[in-house]
Amino acid sequence: MKTSIQRRLFLVGNNLFLLLLMITMIYPMIYVVFASFSDSYELMRHTGLLMWPLKANVQAYLKVLQNKDIFTGYLNTIFIVVVGTGINMIMSIMAAFFFSHQGMMLKKPLMLIVVFTMYFSGGMIPNYLLIKGLGLLDSLWSLLLPGAVGTYNMIILKRGFESLPASLEESAMLDGASYITVMLRIAIPLSLSTIAVIILYYAVGHWNSWFNASIYLKTRAKFPLQLILREILISNDTSSMDTAVSYEEKAVVSETIKYAIIVVSTVPILCIYPFLQKYFIQGVMTGAVKE
Amino acid sequence: MARESNAIQFKKQPPHFVVAEERFGTRLKKDLIKYRGLYLLFIPILIYYVVFHYLPMYGLIISFKDFSPATGILGSQWVGLKHFKSFLTSPYFGRVFKNTINISFWSLAAGFPAPIILALLINEVREIRYKKLVQTVSYIPHFISLVVIVGMLKTFTADGGFLNNILTAMHITTGEDMLNVKEYFVPLYVISGVWQNVGWGTIIYLAALSSISQELYEAAEIDGAGRWQQTIRITLPSLMPTIVMLLVLQIGSLMNVGYEKIILMYNALTYETADVISSFVYRKGLLEAGYSYSSAVGLFNSVINFFLLIAANYISKKCGESAIW
Repeated sequence: MKTSIQRRLFLVGNNLFLLLLMITMIYPMIYVVFASFSDSYELMRHTGLLMWPLKANVQAYLKVLQNKDIFTGYLNTIFIVVVGTGINMIMSIMAAFFFSHQGMMLKKPLMLIVVFTMYFSGGMIPNYLLIKGLGLLDSLWSLLLPGAVGTYNMIILKRGFESLPASLEESAMLDGASYITVMLRIAIPLSLSTIAVIILYYAVGHWNSWFNASIYLKTRAKFPLQLILREILISNDTSSMDTAVSYEEKAVVSETIKYAIIVVSTVPILCIYPFLQKYFIQGVMTGAVKE
Repeated sequence: MARESNAIQFKKQPPHFVVAEERFGTRLKKDLIKYRGLYLLFIPILIYYVVFHYLPMYGLIISFKDFSPATGILGSQWVGLKHFKSFLTSPYFGRVFKNTINISFWSLAAGFPAPIILALLINEVREIRYKKLVQTVSYIPHFISLVVIVGMLKTFTADGGFLNNILTAMHITTGEDMLNVKEYFVPLYVISGVWQNVGWGTIIYLAALSSISQELYEAAEIDGAGRWQQTIRITLPSLMPTIVMLLVLQIGSLMNVGYEKIILMYNALTYETADVISSFVYRKGLLEAGYSYSSAVGLFNSVINFFLLIAANYISKKCGESAIW
């Protein structure tokens, strides 16, 4: 069928609109990259968009690399992501495995106990007092334990386990396998794609989180990356960053340092993400599957 | 629950009449023994939920006491509804309540239709590779952490930032740091939110779009319906269940504003339009150590949230779509 002129105009217009939209989505990051390689004084005098770094140099990156906070922040965050996600997965898989079975008398009441927490919580202050009472203040455990099971993620895992054929488990149990063996040898290996999605969700959550760290941690050496970033980008505190003498010089240099920090903390993620995109998308879909 | 049938099943329960004869305690004991392997797995989970979810709920009783760390939760004096009264009669109540509703409403009004429209536009693209590119690029902001998003927003809209420069040149703003102007807070909060999430939000709609049968469109074309007609009569009705479900769930979390972003974005100059219930709890409780008062304010918010969520879930189930769980 021949496309009408109207239709062709629409398609061209639509493509152009989407191109513009892509530019607005990606330009802020590009601006940050250009600005981070620019000369601070030039950048201060410049107004409007950047199409290329001004007097390109890597001054800001040298300053960032010298900074210990960024480095320890990165290490702390990696620790939190790895250990935290590990704890999340062990706990969530155990809970999901339990709930994927039928027949236990206590299944319903226990499910109610778990699901109720999705609707109601003690909130910020009682949580803080609990962490304080447990003696976890200023310990990295305060970031690892409180969210050990994400109820929503656990329910997605449970659905995954439920969709496995029951006969596999029955025959394994006839051969004398225990529940733990069934979980480790059958349920987990057969649900790897769901598990991958949930791992990603937890890992991203840990990577991005800063709020709990900001209320529970006191020692700078324990701060995760996002907390350091908040200090520098939002509280405007670059004092730890530069060794410049005069006040004026500090103000100027700190600007490019900020951009370099954004690049250092964000670009690695943006480079990995296209490869993991399909898992994230799968996650959105799994969560939306109708019963 | 069609899934139940192919779910992992174990030995059938004993026939009903046998069960009825046994006392509850005996039955429970047998059940615990029979499924001991499973229950053992669940013990750490139960401990986790009790300690990290139910202990804080118990801790909420400090809302009805004058808590001080020295006397502890049990030793503190009961004061009844004192803290609730003092919050509800304070000038802060009107401000934070209004701001909570206001920010939620605009986030929903702008953030909800945006991914639907974008998904419809992406769906119209004929070139598969261009379509994939648009999708991939539009997801990118979703992967930037909130701290960095707000950091970028702050730098761009500060005096001398490029967005501020452009808007000043267009005489929309006057050149001062935009995050220090209370009138700009809600627009900045909402627009940056849409920018970050619109692409990601299309995923679910694009999936729903791809499941619409092509035959419907072919039949409509034969009947002489144009593209616009097809969108109105076929595409939108097919998306309706998804739209309704997501809308109901979002309305359910109306009082649950993303306070982390607000705490990152606001400052004393913008409290008047930016301060919501949760950020107020944070300031009064954690920064000023008014534990009982702020815990009462938090409880007030949680109770409203609870009923909104229950209602949303109920309606969403009524509509025949999946609920939260």
